[in-house]
Amino acid sequence: MADYNRTELLICSACRLMEDNSTAFIGTGIPMLAASLAQKLYAPNLVAVFEFGGTGAQLARLPRAVGESRTFYRAVAASGICDIIETAQRGFIDYGFLGGAQIDPYGNLNSTYIGGDHDHPKVRLPGSGGGNDVGSHCWKTIILMQHEKRRFLPRVEFVTTPGYLSGPGAREAAGLPRNTGPYRVVTSLAVLGFDPASLRMQLLQVQPGVTVAEVVENTGFELLMADEITENAPPTADELRVLREEVDPEKIYI
Amino acid sequence: MHVLESGTGELLQPYSMEEFREWNRTQKPRALVDKLMSEQEAIARFVQDGDYIGKELYGTCRAPMSLSRELVRQGKKHLRAVGQGVLELDLWLEAGLVDAMDLTYHGLEVYGISYALRRAAESGRVKLVEWSNGAITWRMKATAMGVPFIPVKSMLGSDTFRYSAAKVIECPFTGEKVCLLPALVIDVALIHAHRADRYGNAQVEGISGFALEMSRAAKRLIVSAEEIVDSEAIRRTPDRTTIPYYLVDAVVHAPFGSHPGEMVYLYERDEEHIRDYVNVSQTPAGMKDYMDRYVYGVKSHQEYLELVGAERLDYLKRTVVGR
Repeated sequence: MADYNRTELLICSACRLMEDNSTAFIGTGIPMLAASLAQKLYAPNLVAVFEFGGTGAQLARLPRAVGESRTFYRAVAASGICDIIETAQRGFIDYGFLGGAQIDPYGNLNSTYIGGDHDHPKVRLPGSGGGNDVGSHCWKTIILMQHEKRRFLPRVEFVTTPGYLSGPGAREAAGLPRNTGPYRVVTSLAVLGFDPASLRMQLLQVQPGVTVAEVVENTGFELLMADEITENAPPTADELRVLREEVDPEKIYI
Repeated sequence: MHVLESGTGELLQPYSMEEFREWNRTQKPRALVDKLMSEQEAIARFVQDGDYIGKELYGTCRAPMSLSRELVRQGKKHLRAVGQGVLELDLWLEAGLVDAMDLTYHGLEVYGISYALRRAAESGRVKLVEWSNGAITWRMKATAMGVPFIPVKSMLGSDTFRYSAAKVIECPFTGEKVCLLPALVIDVALIHAHRADRYGNAQVEGISGFALEMSRAAKRLIVSAEEIVDSEAIRRTPDRTTIPYYLVDAVVHAPFGSHPGEMVYLYERDEEHIRDYVNVSQTPAGMKDYMDRYVYGVKSHQEYLELVGAERLDYLKRTVVGR
């Protein structure tokens, strides 16, 4: 076993998906670490956008909240929530990076409650926050989460944030903007995409040392397989060093 | 107009824009009135039991924490709240002040889910109506615009919509589906600013969050500020004024008013205090101890600051990251 943990693997995999000179809506948690790492290594001109108003911050230090000063440190603009969500709504945000508690084959996300019903939940979660806005408006949504069977369900209990809803045509029928939706799901076990015809989740890559069988076993629904499934490259020494020494030296997440 | 779909959530705050206009005409003096007062007086005079209440920004960022704690000390009852919330909403929920919420996000950010929200929601004690962050702010924007609803493209197709009080219609101009959000007229709002004059002209630095929208969507507005300045300082920098005085009912001088949260360019967040809070907030007993010490155990914000200690506050000031 190489010298990194699941969270570090997730962050390093996600940071490689961040594109230089693109706009990316960054949610709380792992997306923040991935964005910071990406800026330092691969995408210095990544425009990180935070929902309470920060646009284009230099992520010198890791934000602990999406409204804190670190989300607009040496940024190009410090505005407010309406400006940011409206920017996404009119098509200016390329990527949205989100976490979630539960996901289904169509990339629908639940961060509202688990078990029971809405008025008497077994476990109440925080709610949508900006998640629903990000999943509705960003061109490509990338979801980062731990890969566990109880999180990868045939149907999420509550669609907090829309993925492809019930399948092809459903987003458009609901009135959501055209050509938007989940693009990748990056987990501790795999990198997944969505089959263009059925819009169901599809295995693209396994994480280093992980077998296809392990991924299948930890997924609570039938996973489609890409024609060629490759193995993702492990975190590089450089990625791990920068992550540990520069991105999260306070050890908030890793 | 034909409604295609309706959310099943309750409209917690029924409203009329005509009434709101009338309120703004008759209840908000245009004269420059000295509104400087203590937290105690501001909360006692301008927050009533049963109010629909808002606060901005949230728990750890430029939050009106001194006002939030005073609200708990005065034990205002049967509030309905809008949130976004972190520590401030935790205190209100745990103290049992809130009956219902228009909820977007309530959690402890990097430290995960809120145990106070879990206790309130899982027991069924607090009624929750779901919205997205964009949606709730746009609802305030509609009120700020003086219109009864606003069309948006968030929430469509989701359960967040189904458990909201929004509606879907076909756009009469383009034929596409749009989500209509009802305006949100807030009874009383609490906003913390960097500086204000005695009349209520207030300036916020850094991100404005939703201060613009909330200040214009509230019938009564209490502004707390790190610094009370002469009006001349405002008039020299009117481009920095986020909230003009006529929106404001009370001005409270609250240095370190966002503690344990941060105030951008002035002081860092108190990470040690927040981490301790996260730990104790997991149980009702822990919460009770915390609140006995930091809320009920002090009479005023001044006493709270003495409890936290000058050394700690100086440290937070010293370690702030500049521009």
